[in-house]
Amino acid sequence: MLRSAARRFSAFGGRGLTQASTLAFVETSKEGVIAPASLNVLYAAGKLGNQIDAVLLGSKAQEAAASLQKLDVGSLNKILVVSEQSLDDLLPEHITPVVYDLLQKGDYSHFVVPASSVGKGFLPRVGALLDLQPICDVTQILDPNTFVRPMYAGNILATVESQQSQKLISVRSSAFPAVGAGSNSAAIETVAASTSVNGAEIPPVQWEGANLVKSERPELGSAARIVSGGRGLKNKETFEALVTPLADTLGAAIGATRAAVDAGFCDNSLQIGQTGKIVAPELYIALGVSGAIQHLAGIKDANTVVAINKDPEAPIFQVADYGLVGDLNELVPELTEKLKQ
Amino acid sequence: MSSKLRVLVPVKRVVDHAIRPRVNKQLTNVETKNLKFSINPFDDIAVEESVKLRESHPDLVESIHAVSVGPVKAQDVLRTALAKGCDSSTLVEHESTELEPLVISKVLKKLVQEKSVNLVVLGKQAIDDDSNNTGQMLAGLLNWPQATNACKVELLDGGASVRVTKEVDGGEEIIVAKLPMIITTDLRLNTPRYATLPNLMKAKKKPLEKLKLKKDFEGISLDPQLKLLKVEEPPVKSAGIKVSSVDELVSKLKEAKLV
Repeated sequence: MLRSAARRFSAFGGRGLTQASTLAFVETSKEGVIAPASLNVLYAAGKLGNQIDAVLLGSKAQEAAASLQKLDVGSLNKILVVSEQSLDDLLPEHITPVVYDLLQKGDYSHFVVPASSVGKGFLPRVGALLDLQPICDVTQILDPNTFVRPMYAGNILATVESQQSQKLISVRSSAFPAVGAGSNSAAIETVAASTSVNGAEIPPVQWEGANLVKSERPELGSAARIVSGGRGLKNKETFEALVTPLADTLGAAIGATRAAVDAGFCDNSLQIGQTGKIVAPELYIALGVSGAIQHLAGIKDANTVVAINKDPEAPIFQVADYGLVGDLNELVPELTEKLKQ
Repeated sequence: MSSKLRVLVPVKRVVDHAIRPRVNKQLTNVETKNLKFSINPFDDIAVEESVKLRESHPDLVESIHAVSVGPVKAQDVLRTALAKGCDSSTLVEHESTELEPLVISKVLKKLVQEKSVNLVVLGKQAIDDDSNNTGQMLAGLLNWPQATNACKVELLDGGASVRVTKEVDGGEEIIVAKLPMIITTDLRLNTPRYATLPNLMKAKKKPLEKLKLKKDFEGISLDPQLKLLKVEEPPVKSAGIKVSSVDELVSKLKEAKLV
């Protein structure tokens, strides 16, 4: 059997794959803080049943590696640290040679990344270079070769099987629990940053700046409670006057529909839906949200949906566990007040 | 090579965004017969951005070429792109099953090289397979810079480089890259124009080159790497209840221990 496996893998450019092993990309901020979505990725990586190596990038990767050691990831074998300042901006052009280098040796049967802006940015780029089609936005891992991923704005769930020599997987973090605090005995290993792929240098690109929304609120992707507003809130003032106090009362994250974002009621990083964030809170309260399929795609996995809307025919009521028909301007302040009690 | 922009805009024909697709009886694929098809909304934004770049920098944009890979019917979306302002187009014909982004990116790479394109503007994802892959893959194959999820595009240095504001998880990020490069469009980049009837008539006279995927792109494997085992519709949520007052809502939420 060993021999047949060796023959099978030799067909893939002689990559010497000896045993199944997973490489997990752990996304960190510039300050070296592990992104919450990476905790879900580590859980998903564990579901593959292999031992896991984690890779961390950036000048603060060493610090991040130390905090990774304080997580409950039993199957974590090694933490690979690539402490290179050029990786701080997490530009896909810079990440790609590093990841390509780690994968092309063939030691890993699986590579797992979060389906975040960063993960979505570089994984296909690496895939093309390895001649592998990534499996994107995975919501279920059935076995190490079989995955479920949503299509058509979440209206279709596709079960796909991959017999590729290496599986490149981006996981939807809201579909998996996060690993908790604890400890593991993974050793930290420093890896040099590769800056070329088959002799091709990093193409000319520069990070110029970012406008990130500062918020004390829970992160949308992992929030247990979310209050979101739609076009029905009419303007920015009403949005702030109604959504913010209710969210504060509940300790909830704030979300929005595309219509609300387009109309300038709030920042576009709050958009929930097919092309925005996909969320899975315990409680989702939709204010003045009609319920277009693109928005519903983002809240399919919400546990309990509450909708307040003046239009009794709004499609949101078809997915709402509790619906209340009426004027937002009266009902929402009343709700906020009564929840405070 | 002159510094002028030669833009390639890949467009995909997809089930119209307003239609809720259904799976077939055998649960092997999505039922697409007799459904309305349209240009993928993000690709529509890519066409618009290319045309807008030329309108604001008439001297810098030399050509805008639209391309689609798919069935003969995909020429409809190319005609739409031509009516909106693209100069010429290519249909890479292929019937049968859906092609993976990896295949499409290899086809696009060949077209980019043949037509000495230096800017590719494409949608961030197709609303059917929701992969969000093709732009990044093409950038990888060409080793060009990529700017994904663009919500603002500015030409700098007479078009030699481009500043792109990208939508990222926590807000926006700004990058500057030198041509040649790849840009993928996000929803807020622009509002696509409508193709007017006179322009649709004129578009019929614009060039539409037809190639065959199997014959003209030999050497690109069309075999899917991912095997679609099953498709299903997600479980339908049981219908909820309507409450009549805030008090009732609050008591229900408390009962369910949600607040």
